[in-house]
Amino acid sequence: MAVPMLRWVGPGRRCALAWVDRSSRHRREAPTGSTSNGTREQSSVAQQPLRTAQKLRKGEHKWAAVVGLEIHAQISSNSKLFSGSEVCFAAPPNSLVSFFDASLPGTLPVLNRRCVEAAVMTGLALNCHINKKSLFDRKHYFYADLPAGYQITQQRLPIAANGNLMFGVFVGSKRSHMATRTVRVKQIQLEQDSGKSLHDDLRSQTLIDLNRAGVGLLEVVLEPDLSCGEEAATVVRELQLILQALGTSQANMAEGQLRVDANISVHHPGEPLGIRTEVKNLNSIRFLARAIDYEIQRQINELENGGEILNETRSFDCKLGCTVPMRDKEGKQDYRFMPEPNLPPLVLYDTASLPARAQPQQVINIDQIREALPELPSVTRERLVQRYGMLPEHSFMLLNEVGLLQFFQNVMKETRAEPKTVTSWVLNVLLGYLKHQNLAVSESPITPSALAGLLDLLDSKAISSSAAKQVFEELWKGEGKTAVQIVSEKQLGLMQDREALEQLCQSTVEGHPRVVMDIKKGNPRAINKLIGLVRKAALNRADPAMIKALLEKLLA
Amino acid sequence: MNEKGAPDKLAYSRRKRKESGISRVSVALKQGQITPTELCRKCLSLIQKTKFLNAYITVSEEVALKQAEESEERYKKGQSLGDLDGIPVAVKDNFSTSGIETTCASNMLKGYIPPFNATVVQKLLDQGALLMGKTNLDEFAMGSGSTDGVFGPVKNPWSYSKQRREKRQQQAQGESQAAEWLITGGSSGGSAAALAALTCSAALGSDTGGSTRNPAAHCGLVGFKPSYGLVSRHGLIPLVNSMDVPGILTRCVDDTAIVLGVLAGHDPKDSTTVQDPVKPFTLPSLTDVSKLCIGIPKEYAVPELSSEVRSLWSKAAGLFESAGAKVIEVSLPHTSCSIVCYHVLCASEVASNMARFDGLEYGHRCDINVSTEAMYAATRREGFSDVVRGRILSGNFFLLKENYENYFIKAQKVRRLIANDFVNVFNSGVDILLTPTTLSEAVPYLEFIKEDNRTRSAQGDIFTQAVNMAGLPAVSMPAALSHQGLPIGLQFIGRAFCDQKLLTVAKWFEKQVQFPVIQFPELMDGCSLVFENEKLASVSLQQ
Repeated sequence: MAVPMLRWVGPGRRCALAWVDRSSRHRREAPTGSTSNGTREQSSVAQQPLRTAQKLRKGEHKWAAVVGLEIHAQISSNSKLFSGSEVCFAAPPNSLVSFFDASLPGTLPVLNRRCVEAAVMTGLALNCHINKKSLFDRKHYFYADLPAGYQITQQRLPIAANGNLMFGVFVGSKRSHMATRTVRVKQIQLEQDSGKSLHDDLRSQTLIDLNRAGVGLLEVVLEPDLSCGEEAATVVRELQLILQALGTSQANMAEGQLRVDANISVHHPGEPLGIRTEVKNLNSIRFLARAIDYEIQRQINELENGGEILNETRSFDCKLGCTVPMRDKEGKQDYRFMPEPNLPPLVLYDTASLPARAQPQQVINIDQIREALPELPSVTRERLVQRYGMLPEHSFMLLNEVGLLQFFQNVMKETRAEPKTVTSWVLNVLLGYLKHQNLAVSESPITPSALAGLLDLLDSKAISSSAAKQVFEELWKGEGKTAVQIVSEKQLGLMQDREALEQLCQSTVEGHPRVVMDIKKGNPRAINKLIGLVRKAALNRADPAMIKALLEKLLA
Repeated sequence: MNEKGAPDKLAYSRRKRKESGISRVSVALKQGQITPTELCRKCLSLIQKTKFLNAYITVSEEVALKQAEESEERYKKGQSLGDLDGIPVAVKDNFSTSGIETTCASNMLKGYIPPFNATVVQKLLDQGALLMGKTNLDEFAMGSGSTDGVFGPVKNPWSYSKQRREKRQQQAQGESQAAEWLITGGSSGGSAAALAALTCSAALGSDTGGSTRNPAAHCGLVGFKPSYGLVSRHGLIPLVNSMDVPGILTRCVDDTAIVLGVLAGHDPKDSTTVQDPVKPFTLPSLTDVSKLCIGIPKEYAVPELSSEVRSLWSKAAGLFESAGAKVIEVSLPHTSCSIVCYHVLCASEVASNMARFDGLEYGHRCDINVSTEAMYAATRREGFSDVVRGRILSGNFFLLKENYENYFIKAQKVRRLIANDFVNVFNSGVDILLTPTTLSEAVPYLEFIKEDNRTRSAQGDIFTQAVNMAGLPAVSMPAALSHQGLPIGLQFIGRAFCDQKLLTVAKWFEKQVQFPVIQFPELMDGCSLVFENEKLASVSLQQ
């Protein structure tokens, strides 16, 4: 059944962005909610090393910020969490809606095995304890894109808990080297996504699209172990990489597959934690960092000016670059949690507890999933450092850009050039060009084999590194020529004729007696001028080292 | 009213009695004594004649005739689908029926036409059954009288039976009082009335706290509540998910077994159904009950129990005892907490289940459109009756964070104690429990509506809801007619998933009591041939 477009006048709450998760806004205000908040307010000692959030003025107390994240990742699965409807981004509105998704009375949830496996995989990758028995609950609130009037989630006993996530941050006075930090994972729970409300202010109506209603989500709740926007951004990026490596979520923030809410408070170290606010609508990693840092500074300013922080929900206005309170008139919601009676407890097994006569398609074996886990980003980076002797920060850069590692590895397969050279060209030159033109790695006009060809020429000293840059620029035009073709067409090959080069050197020396005088007077830099002149005369095709040697011989 | 025929006729009817009502009709269909279409038309005509009972909300005449036609084709080719092929059935209007309006007797769902069939409906249709229509109920099955739906109350066919009239004449009561019609009990009263008025051969009810057994008792029918998880709930519009089961109403136990055999088993669309394969239900004719232990729970002898029912109950126990069964008094100590606990859990789940009715995707929507919230509020105010709104309100109260521990959690704990009571009794060697189904026989409507819905439900469900909380199978068996000439039912309760054993014992009881068939000659003209079970009034249990 295709649910018809629903329209009715709804001046209630409006939001400009189509994919803003309205339900999650409700979701978090409950004190009973699935958040880390309860324990956090009571604990008076910060467990983690805290950093000053912002520069200090003289005589001021140090402020420390405490940041906790709740991340909703849409599970990458063919069908929804409890129904057989397909999951697909940007399908025509209400085209992927089963009777259950539209909450037709009498329909019942049927748990999607794939979603459970994805949750177990993610839990294992985040070093969580996997609960062999977990439960589903109903969380009630009225909202137009929540057809049943409740969301099925795992409030009481989630599928995974007590994990941790390692991430790398730049430290040191110049922020030049990497250090590993850890954030604790409180829990991972399976839950349903809501539909989307599209508010048409012009016609004063709201349109509902239920395509997303019932898609499986992993809610990953992190303990408040972070202290600034950058850390939060790094953690989210790392989680994104892990989810993508596992294939459990595409984790594309722009498509709403990864949504982050941040709980933020500030306090003086050694004193109880401050009152927190929650910032929502963070739909890119960049905005996430900016919103958190803005909110930290706003809270500090507020407190220093004698104000107080309200326990409220704020949204980040990415145009203004600031957080603003969300209008939520009802105040605190009571979600009236209740066990979901239509789903028996979710029971998982390990090899030891697997019933002898169990049908493989009816049970999930945690050990089996653990054995089949793919390589995680931290392991990949370690491998890169070990195998290619690259700096840890370079391994981070390679992984952080989608497709860049694959590109690097493909170049490595085809070139004789040193890993160090390849790393440098991929990270400094290629990535620079891509960023400059705002291109994804997959959109690169230069293929890995083209770059490999270029680096081969460089490695065999057939061209100079400056000529290599020229060749790169030619390749970037994407005209389908190989590096060898470009070198021969543009005559960029290194001058192999030593006599010819000697003659060029000779004539250059003769033509510039003043420079020669300088050299003879003992100015060590003067020779560079001559080298430059010779290179120019050789149309950049000569090896500077050889020129230098020849010149020195001539001038000796 | 005993039918005292010539010896050869008696022998003939005894032979016939061995077969169930449905099997008998099935044989008649196979032998061509009647065609499915003829049968269907007869039922439709009876439905018309008994329209005043208000048993049906929707009569699916066209659908039924088309199904009959198809069935007829199959019989002609000798390709009958089985015992249910061509058999007319009625379905309570809280089971989703594809293309047929499904209202739950609520303004909220007036005009709602589901795009799919409930699994149980689909299974009946797959066997060739004819869907005569959708039967009346209390709104969203909340009630025990079938008096509280938007389509008005259902009238008990026994109000108009020859048996009742005779009794009243004997007792020299005026005609005016005879016109006082009786309730069917509920909430599946429409299904019970439809079946008792012989407009179908079997009917589906639902049973959350006794909604199938209660009207079965008041209408002289077999009302069976299967073990929770044995029969799929998919497509049944829920009242309390953790207690709801589809119920089966028939005129005899063998019919129940036939229908249960079709309905039972795992449904991939209902995760709470049993995974194990279900064996076909055949009921052996029990001849020896000496190895049987029947438990009589002492807590069920409540002061409100009518003396007539009480004495019938002990007579039934005596029946088993004299046949050699062991009959012992047992205790279910938490019985008195049961109804309160039931109300808390029921209201909580109701509040949750009813949240979906917001007027957006389906069902009633008000005209108010100043805001989403105003639209919700007005839609729900207009769509739900006071009874439904009252339960939603109290359910939401129980689920509030500050009340959850004190109400919902406590009720769940008590529910566990109640379930354990049953387990303990069964583990002590008891096979079957025997209890009353209701406090008394059916009461006149005017009497019934003096109390509010909640009080009436508490009284109506008193002996039945504990079984739902424990998920056990139970069956209400018609036992005898009261002084008023009205049916009285007794309840048998079995161990979880021992449904077959329960029905086997019920069948033995049925054979002993020979409950009389309802008689209203002026309605029957010709239809009796097919439906009358020719049961004789029991000598053993006559009051």
